[in-house]
Order: sequence, then C-alpha cells, then structure tokens
Amino acid sequence: MSAVFSGYGLGLRREHYQDFLETDVPVDFVEVISENFMVEGGQPRDILRRVRERHPVVLHGVSISIGSADGLNPDYLRRLRSLVDEIEPLFVSDHLSWSRIGGFNSHDLLPVPYTQETLDRVCANISMAQDALGRTMLFENPSSYLSFPDAAMTEWEFIAEMSRRTGCELLLDVNNVFVSASNHGFDALAFLDGIPADRVRQIHLAGHSQGPDLLIDTHDSPVCPDVWQLYARAISLLGPVATMIERDDDIPPLADLLEELSIARNLGLIEARRRAGAVA
Amino acid sequence: MKLADMQRDFQSWLIDASEDAADRLSVHAAAGLAVYQNNYRAQLVSCLEHAFPQLRTWLGEEAFRNTAIAHIEDYPPHAWTLDAYAEHFGETLSRRFPDNPDIHELAWIEQALGEAFVARDAAPLSVDALATIDWDAAQLRFTPSLRLHAMTTNVEAIWSALCEGQTPPESEMLAEGGGLMVWRRKFTSRLREVDALEYAALVQLQQNGSFVDLCEMLVARLGEQEGVAKAGALLANWLGSELIIGVDSDVQPLAASQSEG
Repeated sequence: MSAVFSGYGLGLRREHYQDFLETDVPVDFVEVISENFMVEGGQPRDILRRVRERHPVVLHGVSISIGSADGLNPDYLRRLRSLVDEIEPLFVSDHLSWSRIGGFNSHDLLPVPYTQETLDRVCANISMAQDALGRTMLFENPSSYLSFPDAAMTEWEFIAEMSRRTGCELLLDVNNVFVSASNHGFDALAFLDGIPADRVRQIHLAGHSQGPDLLIDTHDSPVCPDVWQLYARAISLLGPVATMIERDDDIPPLADLLEELSIARNLGLIEARRRAGAVA
Repeated sequence: MKLADMQRDFQSWLIDASEDAADRLSVHAAAGLAVYQNNYRAQLVSCLEHAFPQLRTWLGEEAFRNTAIAHIEDYPPHAWTLDAYAEHFGETLSRRFPDNPDIHELAWIEQALGEAFVARDAAPLSVDALATIDWDAAQLRFTPSLRLHAMTTNVEAIWSALCEGQTPPESEMLAEGGGLMVWRRKFTSRLREVDALEYAALVQLQQNGSFVDLCEMLVARLGEQEGVAKAGALLANWLGSELIIGVDSDVQPLAASQSEG
C-alpha cells in the first residue's frame, strides 16, 4: 500500500475558479497546469495562492520537454522552481515526451522512441530537473499516435528503467494507456503489470475520442466504461493511489465532475474492502 | 536514427509538412503523423483566437483564420510558454493589411491587455508618500504593467463597441493623433486613450523618469505657468489611476546639493 495516498482530486479550470474560491469543494487536492501560473504576477498567481490556502495543490506541467535531445531550458526550470517554492505542491509532474528542439517549441506532447540513446538522454534530463527543483518529479505516460521502428524496448520497460535510474516517480494516466494500447495494438494489462507499482504516486483519468484511424486523447468527455474497468484493474495491482479526473474541453458544471469523481472513490472503497477481506 | 535527427525531422514535418522528413521518420502508423500536425496547428490557431477575440470579430472569421494560418507558416513557436506566441502576430497583420492601422492598433490593444494581466505585481504609490519627496531629484517609476502605443485611428471606440457586443463604428483616421495606454489596476487590465501631449509625457517619463525633465518639456510646449500646472495635473491623474509605484531620488551629489539649496 502506498504511504502517500492523498485521495481524490480535480483539475482547477477557469470555469470553476469561483467554486474553488468561495465554497468548500469536496476534493482532497487540486491539480493545476504549472505553465498557466509561471507568470510574473496578476490574478492567476493570486487565485493559486488562495486555492492553496484551501487545498493541497499538484503542479502538472506540459512544457519541460524531458525528451529533448538538446537538454532542458534553464529559464523554464528557474521559473518552475520559483512556483514550487511558493506553492509547496503535493506533487510536481510532467510528461514522458518532448516538445522542443533547438529554438523550436511545438507545444505538443510528442512521442519519444524507446531506444537506449533516448533512455540515457531522458534520464540525464530528469536528473537535471530534479536537481534544479530540489525534489522528485512524477512523469506521465502520454497518449501516442505513432511508434518508431528502431524501438529497443516497450514503453513500460522504458518507464521502469527510467524510474529505476533516476528515482523519479510515476503519474499513471489510465486513459493514455487505453488510447496507446488501442493505437499500437499492445496489451494494456501488460503495461500495468510492467511498470514499477511502488513508484506510482498519482493516476489521471480522462475521456478520449475516436478519430478516423486512431483514438485521440481529447479530455472533452466523461471517462468511458472501458477506462473505468482498466482503472479498477490498476488499483487492484497498485493499491490506493491519488486519483484525479482531467477535463480540458467542453467543461461541465463542477457538480458533474464531482459525481464522476465519486465513481473513482467508490472503486477505491471496493478495492480497499477486497484487500481487507483478503487479509482477514 | 539519432534522437536529435528524429526531432529535427519531426519539427520539419510539423512546420512544413515535409514529405522527405516524414519518409526519414519511417514511423509505424503514418496516420499518427497527421494527428500530431493537426494538434500542432489547431493549438496555435486556438492560441491566437484566445489572444485576439475582438480582432477576430473585426476581421471576420475567414480573414482571421487565413491570417492565423499564414502566421503559423511564417512564425514557428519558440518560447516555452504558449502565451508568447501572440507576440509577433502584429508583424503578420502588418504584412497582410499594410494600409489598415485600425487593425494594427486593435491587435496592439489586445496584446497589451494580455501582457498587463500577468505583469509583475507592484503596489501603487499613495498620495501620502509624496509629502517628503524632493521633486528636483524625483525619478518616477511607473507600474510594470504599463504599455504605450501611438494611436492614429478611432480604435478605442471600435474596441469598446466590440467588447460590449455592439456594432462598432467605421474605422477612421483621427484628425490629431494621440496615444493608447494599457495598464493593470489590482487584477483588472485597463485601456485608456490619451491626447498627444499626455502620450508624449508618458513616453518621455517611461524612458527617463525625471520629473524635472517632464516639467521642462511641458513648459517648452505650453509656457511656464500652464506647463507647470499641466505637470501637476498629470501627476495627480496618474497617481489616482495607480500608474505610479515609486519615486526615487537622484543621489548624485550635484542633485543633492541643489535640493538642499
């Protein structure tokens, strides 16, 4: 059982600022997109400070570009460190992906090839980031829409070795496992079995869409039954893990998301009872 | 394939849809490449739509979208923050609409409002703090959110009407140019149009905070009595608008002895 289980949370989105500032929203933590608050000042930082007075906060980034062949951006790390020092977040996370090469920044979570060279580079970058932040980071498995022919290992083998070498922890996005498994034809359960259970600190749940050829990670709809099923399997393997629902488009009223989050809570309770029964 | 080579080819695919780069990537599931390119472009278009909502209405959906697409082709993003992508949109607008200063000025307003919204916090100077100031040596400091731009059209009226969902007036050139100022009070970004004299005063003070130099400029334009009175009136107005965050004293020995005398 994880010692740092921290309950159930939601992403903080503009549509729900007032709810989080003026009411007691029944969540155990909120997650924010780090870059939205890595600004000089103004209302965003003020809102985050006030939300932080009410809830533990997770900083979830999208721009560290941990897979960049030419290393990390020191200015980005300095700004993130400043935010970390002020907010004292529960977790600091980003994605196992890249977005920047040279002076170009795609602002998308692009896939990395699972090769030895990439593993060496990713591990060097993670070590640099963790040193700069003075703490352990979590890295999330992204949804991906292509794979590389020169891959030397599976995604989960890559993640396991990355975590072993750097000490980084993991943010398991169950929806992304489902999407990538569908797109690449691998077994989602093999993924869950293959990652180091003791390193998973947080779980993301989200909705996806069916594109012309591939599943697309859109975060614009409720979590689908297949992903809930995979989540139940994940917590049966991992034990209780801090879990949240990501919704970034077609954002519904907060009450709808809280109701959806209660599904995760109930599955967690069922799993806890199952484990208690197994022990008894 | 080396990681750096793969990433440069991926960059070429995203920016130019380079078939050569796509062939070199030789990925499985080539449909995936199209997904990433669509995500890349859709995200940048969305960023510009979000940054320039009134300009989008003013130009019309099709013209705005075509301009955004042209911008994406000419200006690949560089900064780690997506917010910075709006910075150079004005350059694309200037090329595509060289004879439409209303469009350039409207884009400037929206860009400046966005910058001011997240500019560094700074507490405004209180009127009480003025009592002990040595005005001969005073260097005024404006709020870091202040942005200034020359105004040649009725863009303020256009912007205001668009914000309120009303039919905007036809664009027209002003008989006498002035200026636009954007700044933030507490957490709200503000826009104000100012006449040519106040604009010149603001620009001079932003470059050189000397209150004495400001007085000299105003006296040269308006005469001794009216110039000094104007300096006082502007100062009061700027303080009331929370534009001034500090007054530094020039610590040069000459300035100190002057103030003592």
